[in-house]
Amino acid sequence: MSSKTSKAVIQRLRGAAGEVVKTIQKGKNPSIGIPLRTLANVKWNEKRFIIEMGNAKQERFFFNVSMAKKFMQTFLVASSCQDLIESQKSASIRELFYMTKRSVADTKENTFEEQDESDEIIEDVEVAVNALREELNLKAAKKGSLVGDITIVDKGDTIDARRMGSGGWAIPSIVEPEIIQFRKCDAKFVLLVEKDALWERLNEDKFWQKHKCILLTGNGQPPRGIRRLLNRFVTELKLPVYVFVDNDPWGYYIYSVVKQGSINLAYESIRMAVPQAKFIGLSSYDRESYPFLDEVDIKLEEQDISRAKQILEYPWFQKKEWQREIRNMLKTGVKFELEALAKKRISFVSEEYLPKKIKDKDFLD
Amino acid sequence: MKKTKKKPRRMIAAHAVPARKETLPVLKPVDAPETDSSAEAPLPKFRRNAVEMATKQREISVSEFFSKNRHLLGFSNPTKAMLTAVKEAVDNSLDACEEAGVLPEVKVEVKQVAEDRFRIAVEDNGPGIVRAQIPKIFGKLLYGSKFHRLKMSRGQQGIGISAAGLYGQLTTGKPMQIISRIGPKRPAHYFEIHIDTAKNNPEVLKDEERPWEKEHGTRVEIEMEGRYSKAGHSIEDYLKQTLIANPHVRVEYQPPGEPAATYERASDALPAEPREIKPHPYGVELGILVKMLKETKSHWVKGFLTSEFCRVSPRIAEEICQRALIKPEMRVRRVSREEVDRIFRAIQETKIMAPPTDCIVPIGEEKLLAGLKNLIQADFYTATTRTPSVYRGNPFLIEAGLAYGGALPADEPVQLFRYANRVPLLYQKSACAITESVIEVDWRNYALQQPKKSVPIAPAIFIIHIASVWVPFTSESKEAVAAYPEIMKEIKLALMDCGRRLQGHIRHQRRQENELERRSIFEKYSGILAQSLHELTGTSASKLQEDLKRIAKKTTGLAEDAAVQVALAPVAPAPSNGNDGGGNGK
Repeated sequence: MSSKTSKAVIQRLRGAAGEVVKTIQKGKNPSIGIPLRTLANVKWNEKRFIIEMGNAKQERFFFNVSMAKKFMQTFLVASSCQDLIESQKSASIRELFYMTKRSVADTKENTFEEQDESDEIIEDVEVAVNALREELNLKAAKKGSLVGDITIVDKGDTIDARRMGSGGWAIPSIVEPEIIQFRKCDAKFVLLVEKDALWERLNEDKFWQKHKCILLTGNGQPPRGIRRLLNRFVTELKLPVYVFVDNDPWGYYIYSVVKQGSINLAYESIRMAVPQAKFIGLSSYDRESYPFLDEVDIKLEEQDISRAKQILEYPWFQKKEWQREIRNMLKTGVKFELEALAKKRISFVSEEYLPKKIKDKDFLD
Repeated sequence: MKKTKKKPRRMIAAHAVPARKETLPVLKPVDAPETDSSAEAPLPKFRRNAVEMATKQREISVSEFFSKNRHLLGFSNPTKAMLTAVKEAVDNSLDACEEAGVLPEVKVEVKQVAEDRFRIAVEDNGPGIVRAQIPKIFGKLLYGSKFHRLKMSRGQQGIGISAAGLYGQLTTGKPMQIISRIGPKRPAHYFEIHIDTAKNNPEVLKDEERPWEKEHGTRVEIEMEGRYSKAGHSIEDYLKQTLIANPHVRVEYQPPGEPAATYERASDALPAEPREIKPHPYGVELGILVKMLKETKSHWVKGFLTSEFCRVSPRIAEEICQRALIKPEMRVRRVSREEVDRIFRAIQETKIMAPPTDCIVPIGEEKLLAGLKNLIQADFYTATTRTPSVYRGNPFLIEAGLAYGGALPADEPVQLFRYANRVPLLYQKSACAITESVIEVDWRNYALQQPKKSVPIAPAIFIIHIASVWVPFTSESKEAVAAYPEIMKEIKLALMDCGRRLQGHIRHQRRQENELERRSIFEKYSGILAQSLHELTGTSASKLQEDLKRIAKKTTGLAEDAAVQVALAPVAPAPSNGNDGGGNGK
């Protein structure tokens, strides 16, 4: 990370602490403003086609019984992040949990009991000082693989993504330009696959070689590193991005997070969202082209139905074709998994399904 | 046997209502046995005929009656007997001291003589008793100064101390020992007295002058069968309860085989002297009215009414006579039984002003508080004195007080200390109007737990005092107050008044606890917060922590004043003086 960014982040951390110290010295109740990360405080920016965070803030006070602990935790995490940045080390959020966990003033109580607690405070600090997690030298667990027609430099090491064997390159959680740079790229598009199993299938079939693309998986909801990387592929390499997910409400949602950003991390949308991303499948209309799918459908469960109805209401799913897609799923009452394509034959997906979709430009946007 | 059974009932009835003249010590059977003039005529074949039965019918004395019915006077078991004896002697001492205007100093000694035999001695600094009266006061049941007047006092019937002596005599055969002196220049007289149970007369075994260090006062010693109890109804508890309601009393107590304890007085002011009053017409029963008519010195009915009762003016007397269709100038001796009936009814129908209430002397809120604080350790005290009220023509007044918190047990029913004319009532708690009134108040309104039909559960002691010229007890042993609605209403009002103040305290306390809890939360986290802020800004962590502590104290300021709370009524209702027009005795 550039020392310029680091300095700015440290300045902001110290600035917030300095305000609190001043208030305390005046004998008043110190507070820190934390932007709300709730559905009520996200705005759908139709022009930019991303989810943005609103201006609503919650003042967190120390002298308030229900806020005192969180207030203390906020500055505990802030001071640990300062340590990390100053010592030029990056820690996983689990490491940070252990770094900040200690007993409180001779009681059995700990500063943090569960990692969930510290994870939440990390997000609070991010939004409070307007710094990305990566800028605080924090990283999430690695969770994703990449192969494809591209050469990448990772912390000085050159990685040829064409020679990654069956496992692929593990995508780190911090993929900022200071760490990751792109070199030779012959890929024409990027394909993000929801499931590791399907990613392996496509890698084995050398799909990326035949169709000149970059193949990624995030094992479900793609982690921040992958989303940031997709964002850079689009902005720096001008590559189109296709998202290939299960045909169920969670698949739709994964697509929408990649495309517009998530409610929880709305503050990072501008650096993470890929508004150009297109939905390649599976679509609830695929069964019309491939009747064999009728034999492998799965009945929608109660929670699928209610989630689908929720998604129908989101402003970023208001396009006609999306309403039609989701309503069709609800109408048929069934869903499909990516692996179901193997019903026809094992390489059906790489030899027929995907090439046809790409050729026909059969996408949802 | 039938007739002897009847007599005790009549005797008790006579005590329960005010009477005037000394006619009670010995009761003659109503229909004394007489020999039939036609003695020769044959009698029906009963198992025993009337003549045979007559030979067994004879006069019985009160003493004899008592020796067979000791439970009626509080001597039903050895533990209770000892306590009753101490109680009667102390009551007498306090009454005597107060009447003489001396701050009472009482010494109580209990010595164990044998396994089940004790010697109790009660000594006071009162005015003493003149030599001639000593045998009668201690050696004759129902002899005394208090029964014949309507004046607030501890003792009422003059039965207590002689009954205690009689109990000792019955269980050990030992006489009562009395020493009394009426002034520094007079000799102290020592007596040993037996009671002749058949005649209810004192039998003096010894009468001599003895040297005594006390300038004036009386000492009574009684040896009796007994059991010394430290739990439950103990002598010590009785003395403590007495001192709460009588903070002007100093007591030295020497229990058997233990070091002596001294209870200093919490107040140097003697209670004001109660005034004696005449009976109020509303409080008089028909039988008593008949008796009063027989014994009056007045000649005319109108004069009788105005001179023997309070609140009867000549005009009111005329009104009563008019209603009873009797001439006011009618001679008292010639009033027929039927006419008494009419007078009685006329009294009830005539509007008569309530009796004067300055004859009642309350303990007073401040003194009650002083007494409570002197003997009970608690966090909160309060007391209230009601204005006097009237039941059946008898003025009375209720006082209540309470101590809450501190070391008092939190999960037990509230302890009730009941008092009648400053005397603690120790037995028959559940038969008493005071207990009943406590139960009838809904204490949940005052932040206390209360199981259905029970006394509330709280770390508290409640004190309820009824002061009256004639406290209506349910029995001769004076252990429980009878449930007159007027009395219960006043008790409840007094308790509710205390309850409201207690509720304020409990609320305050709860808020305070909350505040302390809040403060502890802030203080808990301030260390780590100060350290984190220090690392980010370089400001001294210890200084930051001090500042945080200061703000924490400021924001939870309520937790500061943890001192003992005392709530006094904003305006203490002073007992009205005599000319109260309000309240019409009914």
